[in-house]
Amino acid sequence: MRRALFLLPVIVFGVMAALFVKGLTMDPKVIPSVLINRPVPEMSLAALPGRGENSGLATKDLKGRVSLVNIYGSWCIACVQEHPYLMEYKKQGIVPIHGIDWRDDPALGAAWLKKHGDPYERVGVDPAPGRAAVDFGVTGAPESFIVDKDGIIRYKHIGPISPEVWTKTLLPIIRELQK
Amino acid sequence: MIAEIGHFALVLALCVAMVQATVPLIGAARGRASWMAVAGAASALQFLFIAVAFAALTNAFVTSDFSVMNVAQNSHTDKPLLYKVAGVWGNHEGSLLLWITILALFGFAVTLFGGNLPPGLKARALAVQAMIAVGFLLFILLTSNPFARVEPPPFNGSGLNPMLQDPGLAFHPPMLYLGYVGFSMAFSFAIAALLEGRVDAAWARWVRPWTLAAWVFLTGGIILGSWWAYYTLGWGGWWYWDPVENASFMPWLAGTALLHSAVVVEKRDALKSWTILLAIVAFGLSLLGTFLVRSGVLTSVHAFATDPARGVFILLLLVLAVGGSFALYAVRAPAMKMGGLFSPISREGSLLLNNVLMATGAATVLLGTLYPLIADALNLGKVSVGPPFFNAVFLPLMAPMVVVMAIGPMMAWKRGDLPGVLSRLKFVGAAALGVAMLVWFLQGGSSGPWWTGAGFALAVWLGLGTLVDLADRTRLIQAPAEAWGRAARLPRSFWGMVLAHLGVAVFIVGLTASSAWTTEHIQTQKIGETVMVGGFGVTLKSVDEVPGPNYTASRGSFEISRGGTVIDVMQPEKRTYRQPPRPTTTAAIRSGFLGDLYVVIGDPDPGKGGHVTRLYFNPCIPWLWAGALLLVIGGLISLADRRHRVGAPTRAGAVRGAKA
Repeated sequence: MRRALFLLPVIVFGVMAALFVKGLTMDPKVIPSVLINRPVPEMSLAALPGRGENSGLATKDLKGRVSLVNIYGSWCIACVQEHPYLMEYKKQGIVPIHGIDWRDDPALGAAWLKKHGDPYERVGVDPAPGRAAVDFGVTGAPESFIVDKDGIIRYKHIGPISPEVWTKTLLPIIRELQK
Repeated sequence: MIAEIGHFALVLALCVAMVQATVPLIGAARGRASWMAVAGAASALQFLFIAVAFAALTNAFVTSDFSVMNVAQNSHTDKPLLYKVAGVWGNHEGSLLLWITILALFGFAVTLFGGNLPPGLKARALAVQAMIAVGFLLFILLTSNPFARVEPPPFNGSGLNPMLQDPGLAFHPPMLYLGYVGFSMAFSFAIAALLEGRVDAAWARWVRPWTLAAWVFLTGGIILGSWWAYYTLGWGGWWYWDPVENASFMPWLAGTALLHSAVVVEKRDALKSWTILLAIVAFGLSLLGTFLVRSGVLTSVHAFATDPARGVFILLLLVLAVGGSFALYAVRAPAMKMGGLFSPISREGSLLLNNVLMATGAATVLLGTLYPLIADALNLGKVSVGPPFFNAVFLPLMAPMVVVMAIGPMMAWKRGDLPGVLSRLKFVGAAALGVAMLVWFLQGGSSGPWWTGAGFALAVWLGLGTLVDLADRTRLIQAPAEAWGRAARLPRSFWGMVLAHLGVAVFIVGLTASSAWTTEHIQTQKIGETVMVGGFGVTLKSVDEVPGPNYTASRGSFEISRGGTVIDVMQPEKRTYRQPPRPTTTAAIRSGFLGDLYVVIGDPDPGKGGHVTRLYFNPCIPWLWAGALLLVIGGLISLADRRHRVGAPTRAGAVRGAKA
């Protein structure tokens, strides 16, 4: 019995090591694609304070043209990193960018946009627990979704958008969908 | 050319380490003194070669040799010298080189200071140390060569991430690594002890100061990182339970437990196999941290650029080192002689209880950190584990530990008198209750969180309890005239304990107050406009463009007033670095006894005119740093204890030497 106790560390570690082996073959950034190629779920999110009454985000707003839906929050550190690029892409005007202020106090979300710039056409508020965004397939922030003309989610990018991600991945998909 | 010398020196170091990992081990098994003696020379040579490699890379950074890919990717001629040097370890390859340099330094230290060690133990420990070195040298040479050249060399480098160009962060990695790698000493000696099949007081006396030194560095490193996060990230927080933070915190917890259980081995010859296990776990968690940060199995805000080939290699190292040690432990530890017996109510018992709580705490953090990976591997979906989990599970585990921390040092060894100790602490308990009620009253009852009273009560209990112990030992109340003399005669290790435990109490105050009562104001402030924060009037006076060495900053000037009189001017900056072009915030912080006024300047608001500003009052934040500083000072004082320097190892060495 006492001997078995001494075996415990090596057994626990063995299980952990097996887990790591499996973990190495997976990419934590790849997310199950259950919601890819599905229509945007039914939602109607309120507008951010100070952005105008009709600037919220609803399912119907995502139909008719290709759009990029970006999940952010004033609490999200990595969002600050991608934000300047979003401002840049807004200027280029290739695709409308919508925002979802996720699990956030709307006042803070609005202040954050004042501070860092506002690249969004529409912004919907999804305060905690953030069910609407979860139905959308959000797992964290920042995340960005490409929605096609028929309101179907076509691609999901997890983590901040960098120029590399933009030119190599997102832009080609957007261009393809816009055809 | 110099870079090639560095590369070649690493190859030579690998050869030396291979010899050091095998020959002394065989010598120790067969009792051949000359084979065992190889370890000493080899450790010196290994250190020399690795130091040459480190100097070569430092030279490449300082002279901005952009034909070295690592320098081109991480440095720039514009950078101040400090950050050119810090750039050496500001990247994956260079930080590994720093890691191995420190490892070799520790190995060499065994040779330098271990003259009194039993030759068998020393030879085996050095061999184990060399095995670790072989693993990491192979890792560097095969997957992460810091000296790789680039053809043609670029005209200038792409620069170090400006977030990292900060004095706090320049010294954060070396401190952290001195801690991580410092635990390799305890590890090597634990393995050597398992191979020898014996652990005794002499072993503990040798291991304790090294563990303590590593622990001091690790504590300093972690707090330096937190401090950096606090004043540069600009959101007033200092700990986020991020995987990388957890990776440094887990070895700290295990190391703290090891420090305390080694006391029991030294003084009472008990808890031996537990201490050995902790030594393996502390270093194993350090290695695990390295694996998690660099393999890409977990996502984190500040992981190094990750690469699966590196992940596989580190995992292999981890399995060999930790799996191998645990296997050896399973085979050898049961045969080790049980030491002195003790009743559960005793100094040993309370140390063991604290140990168990610490270890459980470390296991909790490990579980929380790995849970996203576990869930993913078992197809339970993608989850993230954040601060709520850790706060809800980890902090309640620490509360009973703090309660015991005041009681334990007052207990006698072997069999303690719990009612007696508690009666000595009855006024402390009353004071803790009183403070809890006072805090509850001051925060306006349930308008603040319920746990603030508990936090303050724990701090008072531990702080006053420690002071009562000190007063009793110096007979401050009974014979105050002689108290000073008595205090001076108390061993330094006792003073170290007192300061460290007081540090924890002070830290708890900062932790409780800052998490409960931080106030935050975000607004657009026009020039001349005043906002009230934490009793201070904060007036924006001007925003100016100011050039820096490799950035330009817009600097806000805020006038701080209290009760109508201006008491200070605070100047936070928003910097835009030239290379790479990236904005950073530098908060202005005005620290006081009660807390920090924390001011961040944002972008101009074109709509309304004025600037976005974020103003915080963070109560008792300086108490966190003060508490951590007390921990470090306590560790250093304990390290200066006579026992660690002279006497004991000689005696033990002489006895064992005679046997060998």
